[in-house]
Amino acid sequence: MASLILMPALSPTMTEGTIARWLRQPGETVKSGDVIAEIETDKATMEVEAVEDGVLGKVLVPEGSESVAVNTPIAVLLEEGEDADAAESVTRSADPAADAPVAIETPSAPAIVEAPAIKQAEEEKDWGETKNITVREALRDAMAAELRRDEDVFLMGEEVAQYQGAYKISQGLLDEFGEKRVIDMPITEHGFTGMAVGAALTGLKPIVEFMTMNFSLQAIDHIINSAAKTLYMSGGQMGCPIVFRGPNGAAARVGAQHSQCFASWYAHIPGLKVVAPWSAADAKGLLRAAIRDPNPVVVLENEILYGQKFPCPTDEDFILPIGKAKIEREGKDVTLVAFSIMVGVALDAAAKLAEEGIDAEVINLRTLRPLDTETIIKSVKKTNRIVSVEEGWPVAGIGAEICTVAVEQAFDWLDAPPARVCGLDLPLPYASNLEKLALPKPEWVVEAVRKQFGD
Amino acid sequence: MDETTSASNRSNGPALSPETMKRAYKDMLLVRRFEEKAGQLYGMGLIGGFCHLYIGQEAVVVGIGLNMKQGDKSITSYRDHGQMLVAGMTARGVMAELTGRSGGYSRGKGGSMHMFSREKEFYGGHGIVGAQVALGTGLAFANHYRGTDEVSIVYFGEGASAQGQVYESFNLAALHKLPCIYVIENNRYGMGTSIERASASKDLSRNAEPWGIPSRKVDGMDVFAVHQAAQEAMEHCRAGKGPFLLEMETYRYRGHSMSDPAKYRQRTEVEEMRRTRDPIESLKAEMLRNGIEEEAFKAIESEVKAVVADAAEFAQTCPEPDASELWTDILVEA
Repeated sequence: MASLILMPALSPTMTEGTIARWLRQPGETVKSGDVIAEIETDKATMEVEAVEDGVLGKVLVPEGSESVAVNTPIAVLLEEGEDADAAESVTRSADPAADAPVAIETPSAPAIVEAPAIKQAEEEKDWGETKNITVREALRDAMAAELRRDEDVFLMGEEVAQYQGAYKISQGLLDEFGEKRVIDMPITEHGFTGMAVGAALTGLKPIVEFMTMNFSLQAIDHIINSAAKTLYMSGGQMGCPIVFRGPNGAAARVGAQHSQCFASWYAHIPGLKVVAPWSAADAKGLLRAAIRDPNPVVVLENEILYGQKFPCPTDEDFILPIGKAKIEREGKDVTLVAFSIMVGVALDAAAKLAEEGIDAEVINLRTLRPLDTETIIKSVKKTNRIVSVEEGWPVAGIGAEICTVAVEQAFDWLDAPPARVCGLDLPLPYASNLEKLALPKPEWVVEAVRKQFGD
Repeated sequence: MDETTSASNRSNGPALSPETMKRAYKDMLLVRRFEEKAGQLYGMGLIGGFCHLYIGQEAVVVGIGLNMKQGDKSITSYRDHGQMLVAGMTARGVMAELTGRSGGYSRGKGGSMHMFSREKEFYGGHGIVGAQVALGTGLAFANHYRGTDEVSIVYFGEGASAQGQVYESFNLAALHKLPCIYVIENNRYGMGTSIERASASKDLSRNAEPWGIPSRKVDGMDVFAVHQAAQEAMEHCRAGKGPFLLEMETYRYRGHSMSDPAKYRQRTEVEEMRRTRDPIESLKAEMLRNGIEEEAFKAIESEVKAVVADAAEFAQTCPEPDASELWTDILVEA
């Protein structure tokens, strides 16, 4: 039966075009794949190929015609042996509505679909007895416990096995778990991160250690495009249970390329979870939760904290919920929100403020995505003031997000504009004095709070 | 390096049984007709965004598919419809994903470039050129970790072979002896840039030589040659000897994507390839020489036509995803 050849869409955005030239004339036989016409769009001149075999019956839109809408019938294709009259019948019989460009059918979708409420993380339970251990030990113990618990868990990264970890986080793990599960990688972040993500798509549970998170930039395409998005793009088929961990932020005098906070980078990405432990308990509890989580989790550690000791529960089952902040110090006059090493800075600031009669509440975020806004807002409604403290840069940082949340959800409770304390907006310098000047310290926090009290 | 260039000589190859030839013919024809239909639906505005057709390259995926067994994994770039059909994914599910409908493999949330099937061990469908090479190496790593003899087939174009992570992957796969077959589908043009303008390496089959990865340069327009090379590569991988590289010299008839002005090559070049090297016509000729009757081809043709027509119908009638799908599958609920 004769059929209509419609003006094709030749690019994602094309709505109309010019028929520059007919390359075949009525009566000529065409095969699928033959070029029959040339069409000009705003971007290029393109060839139109026949998609079926037949004989060109009649040209409906002559060459030179401009602004021909996509899906307008432009010619008639006859089957072999069919009479040219068939061309008449198909054009006559065509429903007039069919001549109009066919709009893609869109069901009456609502303009806005509300995001479902974020499921609140469970409360942290009382884990009882604690022991002072370093953050380094806490991270190692967390990995050892999960490696013991699940055969699908393995650790890979540069110097994680024989060298025992560039920062000695994986000390002893090779001895206990062997080279199958504690695997040294060459210096090839892009490659081994992609490899780990591929393994995770099959259901294995890799822990990828970056010697520092700065090097994760080499691999960020796989973290975002491959790990975070595949579940959605696959309609829920392909989860990616993987952990990306390593020291984040400034260390001590290692220069700009080794001193950057990636908190806001990763917290920006739907499909990822991001945690940033401060204490040994945070480190152990959050890393265990990250390894068990069926989603990609970025664990932002801190080199300076590695050697610091904190009380950590001794219970073998100790684990923390992802998505739950912790109030490290209760107060009633101002809320200080911090994560990672800045929790210590905020606590020091709170001690100084106490000397001035200001009672600060300090929130340790623990998780940056999903952010525990409930704890933040509850605190702000009590204290009526909020200052965020982070080591990273101010522009589009975590502090910007926290201040916005406070304004959006607790505007009427605020007695002062929310404030941010951030690392200075510059690449971190090497010189000892300059580096000190660039990173937040308790005095900066005290100063920000004083301003809120109108001093 | 005689060995790397001789695999396309059919006389060396094992003959395929009439049944296997019929299966290969049917699979290639299915890919061809499916893609032609996809092109048509794109022209009608029913498929949006990017759509990269596989027409011309059918012998590659079909010849390799003949050697795959249950549990073998595959992964490719955005030119992925052929890989999916050969992996056993349904034409309906693939076509409905192209039209962005709820019956698509990703329930309309992935599109032409992003489809997956856990059941058929097909891992996408990746839009970042070269990313699938490192990911596919990870699939092989998983096989290795679990101690199976399953193989990972990693397809990428000669364009992707300029990406650094390809060589990082070669190194990792060779270092850990991963069961990974790297298949370079050299169709001569990375979008609009010819291989001569993009690669200083003139023989891509030798690109894994520094890592000691064995390789073959294969006539990718000849399903017999592809089958033979794939068989060798599979045996190598299953025996635990590490990765293997196959460079398939192939050709795509259509543009890089649907919006390709096709000014980088002569129309006559495409016509010449279609006329003299078409993988489907070549196989048909061989089958005729082997005494397979014309009737058999007609039966296959009409069977394939029905499958494609049914897929196109399904892809146009099945509903778009419900608005509530917007917020699902972002995270796995623990």
